[in-house]
Amino acid sequence: MSAEPFVALTAVAAPIHRPNVDTDQIAPVRFLRRPRGEGYGTVLFHDLRFHADGTERADFVLNRPAFREARILVADENFGVGSSREQAVWALVDHGIRCVISAGFGDIFFNNAINHGLLLVREPAATLAAVRQQLDAAPGTTVAIDLESQTWRLGEQPARRFEIEAARKRRLLSGLDEIDMTRQLVREIDAFEAGYRARRHWLFQVT
Amino acid sequence: MARPRTMFEKIWQDHLIREDEDGACLLFVGRHLAHDGLYHGFNFLEGRGLALARADQTFATPDHGISTLSHRLDDIVDPVQHRVVKALQDNAARHGFTLFGLEDPRQGIVHVVGPEQGLTQPGLLIVCGDSHTSTHGALGALAFGIGASEVCHVLATQTLWQRKPRTLRVTVDGARPAGVTAKDVILAIIARIGANGASGHVIEYAGSTIRDMSIEERLTVCNMSIEAGARAGMVAPDDKTYAFLKGRPFAPTGDAWALAEAHWRSLPSDGGAVFDREERLDATLFAPMVSWGTNPSEVAPITGVVPDPADAAEETARAAMQRSLDYMGLAAGMRLADVAVDQVFIGSCTNARIEDLRAAAAIARQGRAVVPVMVSPGSTLVKRQAEAEGLAQIFREAGFEWRESGCSMCCGMNGDLVAAGKRCASTSNRNFPGRQGPGSRTHLVSPAMAAATALSGRLSDPRDLMGAA
Repeated sequence: MSAEPFVALTAVAAPIHRPNVDTDQIAPVRFLRRPRGEGYGTVLFHDLRFHADGTERADFVLNRPAFREARILVADENFGVGSSREQAVWALVDHGIRCVISAGFGDIFFNNAINHGLLLVREPAATLAAVRQQLDAAPGTTVAIDLESQTWRLGEQPARRFEIEAARKRRLLSGLDEIDMTRQLVREIDAFEAGYRARRHWLFQVT
Repeated sequence: MARPRTMFEKIWQDHLIREDEDGACLLFVGRHLAHDGLYHGFNFLEGRGLALARADQTFATPDHGISTLSHRLDDIVDPVQHRVVKALQDNAARHGFTLFGLEDPRQGIVHVVGPEQGLTQPGLLIVCGDSHTSTHGALGALAFGIGASEVCHVLATQTLWQRKPRTLRVTVDGARPAGVTAKDVILAIIARIGANGASGHVIEYAGSTIRDMSIEERLTVCNMSIEAGARAGMVAPDDKTYAFLKGRPFAPTGDAWALAEAHWRSLPSDGGAVFDREERLDATLFAPMVSWGTNPSEVAPITGVVPDPADAAEETARAAMQRSLDYMGLAAGMRLADVAVDQVFIGSCTNARIEDLRAAAAIARQGRAVVPVMVSPGSTLVKRQAEAEGLAQIFREAGFEWRESGCSMCCGMNGDLVAAGKRCASTSNRNFPGRQGPGSRTHLVSPAMAAATALSGRLSDPRDLMGAA
């Protein structure tokens, strides 16, 4: 899928204090079958954000006035664990979130994020605990991210460098479509497949 | 001599088309398994005007959104689920891939159907748009879950870009004490590794405890690899694997079988192969397990008590534990065997194969359910076998509700739900908040413990009812 390129972003960051935010919490299952085009923004953290009657829970961080425009989440550890549902990523990006900083991510969520221009940054849990404390102390503080130089900074604090794999960085910067890129390799794929079908022929003799 | 390789490395290299300098690997997908969630992937594909690349490597069956009261399409009352299940039928007809449809006896939960049909074979790279695809590794395949965009990529190209994961060998040795099931073994492993402790790794389960397991038990273990955060879980194929596969509809036959088996026998990790990480567990110390919290690492022996957050090492962990207990409506120090449940679910890709149903029935025949119990077999063939063996009759006589096969109450999207604030002992794989319905409280248990709990209305040690029949 092609995605909106990610180059740089300065935006309000919201703290998510709990660890193990699984994809069931990010995008509850009962919303997963709506067509992609209908939008998933209201799905995000639905059961944490809204009461059963649909009214907002005033205490949830994204409902607080200072964090309503947040486009960056500062989490704890193990963000996006659990189900393979890509809708968790759709919910985040449709709500406007473009970056999640966490001490760790679910592997499948991590792979899904790149297909929708969602930047995931890994930082140690202790660093993030301190950052979340500062976001609590001064709600509405912005985080500035520059992907080219691989840096982010909280408010006016010194910039911190983060690591990102070269292939992920390239795709985020360009928003390039992966299927288009792969289809340019069709001859190489066909040649590989011919060999595979020959040496694993029993897989293809089923009726 | 060639460098010793792990089983994972052998299968990875057998499917590796190219590896770029930055570590991005293009893999050929041996078989793509799918369920009704394929809806989004096909919408992406058709939205771009692309065709399905390899219909003969694509196999699907509806499971997540279907009713377990009836397998007639028009009995799916939720129009949203009806639409996606119908879309799967329509896409199969239009694109020509193999579908085990709603009214086909081969229908079932995709992770039960793959091994049952012999589609899952050693040495294969298998993907599916579902995190419990790790199940298939029990036969010596490399199998992992992917998201909708990746599904679309596979549909369009039969390939997938991945970074090479690291390897983790989990060695479990020793004889399991009586009454300790495969579910208890994997829960104990997850408790050791942590909820995302195997992130970035493929687990190979090894050791005498794993070798002594049946194939179905290994399927249960590999199924929950993702609950430790692992990319995949695998077990080396052996004679049990080959015996399991022989004669299955999609297994090779004749001369092809001999060639396939020769390949399969080359797959186990070489002696001296190095894993990036190792964990060792002693199965003689295991007990029947139950979860008390809101992720699958929050478990304890059924003989134990709800742990005290005050004992947590640091503040974040303490707060997380307290939040789990608040959600679950439990207090530190409560005996787990004193926790009363509102209902019981026996089913899911974790624990709905025939051996699971036999284990539950052996308990169920000794009493009568005092809370509502739903049993959903893992496939329609499992359902028929259970009926032929008399298990369905035992369940019905014990007051257990005998349903059609499907994901049922594991995934909370097909009408089989746990109501807000209600407590369910469940043989499924996730106790996340809201997993079985908004506000639902899930205790993960084995089929035997689920049945024992059904008879008493409290979380119950199945060993008290074992050997009594």
